[in-house]
Amino acid sequence: MKESIFRILTNKQIAHDTYEMILRGNTEHITRPGQFVNIKLDGFYLRRPFSVCDLEGDDLTIIYKVVGSGTEKMSTLVPNEELNLLTGLGNGYDTKSSGKAPLLIGGGAGVPPLYWLAKELLAEGKQVSAILGFNTSNEVFYEAQFKKLGVSTLITTADGSYGIQGFVTDALTNLESFSYTYACGPEPMLKAVYDAAETSGQYSFEERMGCGFGACMGCTCKTLYGDKRICREGPVLVKEEIIWQG
Amino acid sequence: MARLTVNLCGIELDNPIIPASGTFGFGYEFAELYDINCLGTFSFKGTTKDPRYGNPTPRIAESASGMLNAVGLQNPGVEAVISEELPKMRQVFDKPVMANVSGFSIDEYVYTASRLDVEEQVGWIELNISCPNVDGGGVAFGTSPEMAAKVTAAVRAEVKKPLIVKLSPNVTNIAAIAKACEDAGADGISLINTLLGMRIDLKTRQTLLANTTGGLSGPAILPVALRMVWETYKAVKIPIVGMGGVSSSEDVIEMMLAGATAVGIGAANLIDPYICRDIIQTLPETMDKYGISNLKDIIGGAHG
Repeated sequence: MKESIFRILTNKQIAHDTYEMILRGNTEHITRPGQFVNIKLDGFYLRRPFSVCDLEGDDLTIIYKVVGSGTEKMSTLVPNEELNLLTGLGNGYDTKSSGKAPLLIGGGAGVPPLYWLAKELLAEGKQVSAILGFNTSNEVFYEAQFKKLGVSTLITTADGSYGIQGFVTDALTNLESFSYTYACGPEPMLKAVYDAAETSGQYSFEERMGCGFGACMGCTCKTLYGDKRICREGPVLVKEEIIWQG
Repeated sequence: MARLTVNLCGIELDNPIIPASGTFGFGYEFAELYDINCLGTFSFKGTTKDPRYGNPTPRIAESASGMLNAVGLQNPGVEAVISEELPKMRQVFDKPVMANVSGFSIDEYVYTASRLDVEEQVGWIELNISCPNVDGGGVAFGTSPEMAAKVTAAVRAEVKKPLIVKLSPNVTNIAAIAKACEDAGADGISLINTLLGMRIDLKTRQTLLANTTGGLSGPAILPVALRMVWETYKAVKIPIVGMGGVSSSEDVIEMMLAGATAVGIGAANLIDPYICRDIIQTLPETMDKYGISNLKDIIGGAHG
């Protein structure tokens, strides 16, 4: 973990209520896709956690959805403004256990961390597929970016306004076999993927956090491997340890 | 650095800064960031006889200049604290530490406090009779002078280390409770724990915290904490660890002027993990600014 100041390079809307922000700063503590950063915003007491979408040298990309007053404020920030970040938080995805043909499944604001993960898996010579799920066509983002990497990408929308109609699990039948599953998205989606996918996998969870680095015990969950802090021993859990709270 | 030293119940602190229980774990998350031996001491995560998972999530909500938590005393239980956490803590912290103890009966308080009392690294027992987030425990002992005195006396009879009782602000007369603890044998008082509060989500029309209510902390509560430290200072002769919303060296001085001998830093650690180190570093400069040569001289200094 490191606390440091990042400068905003770009902050632009890429889909309905969805923004991409690129920040420049000291990224040396960010070691794995699936990790997150915790951002301090003027006028808000708690930091806001965002998964790392991409990392290129000193440049960090995050994608966020405007869901409340904090992210609303973020959407108004302009290039050259500076933000205080805690970086290198969370365990992140382990790419080693993926097998030859991993499948990435993301839902809405859960899509971003899978982008950097895809890059890492491709760099390891793996054949990567992705199913990215959204509510409706104007919320779809990063389809072209995933395809440009060489990821075999399917898009689903719940209302059928774009891509395959239905949820991410409805697209599973369109795929040939895959060796492993990486998932990030709302908990009902994670549960549906967990039930539908026959392979092992890693699932990234979200929870309200106080600190983001393991001090406050605000984000604890139960797992078959003991109680874990989503911010510290998570946010990524392996399929075999997950306990669904229902 | 001698100008920062204070004496807390017979133990000299290099400075009055004490990360508050529940915001600092067992120290090692912060030890990754800076040498935590710069602290006066710290109060480790509230410990109970048996392991506790705590409350369901969400346990955290935000408010203006503050936050609510309803963690519910998650901890691995006193045996695991002694066998696993204290040895790890010893690797990163050389000074006497404050053992924060909670319970659901007087017997549990006595048991847990006695187990920790004999641990070499424990300098003080901090008896938490003020957790607002658990049923039938914590604050149930801290809201009447009679109950507070009873649990204080029972623990006092069994432990040798200095005993500090941590009080709840969710009471009508904090001074009476502090006095009852002093009379029952407490060596010090720490206050305030969090203020009971809640938030409601406008979209779902449900409470933000799964536990419905939680404890408010952060800068929003500093004035309440100052007032209660002030009232307690008037009522007791034993030292006070003042806390509640302290986030800067100026706040530390204000808290000491109200009557605190040492100062707890809580929620601020969660937002800025370096805050305690930074406050200790800036204290001398802030003291110079306000003509303070020695911190000991200003304890209760606003009382005239």
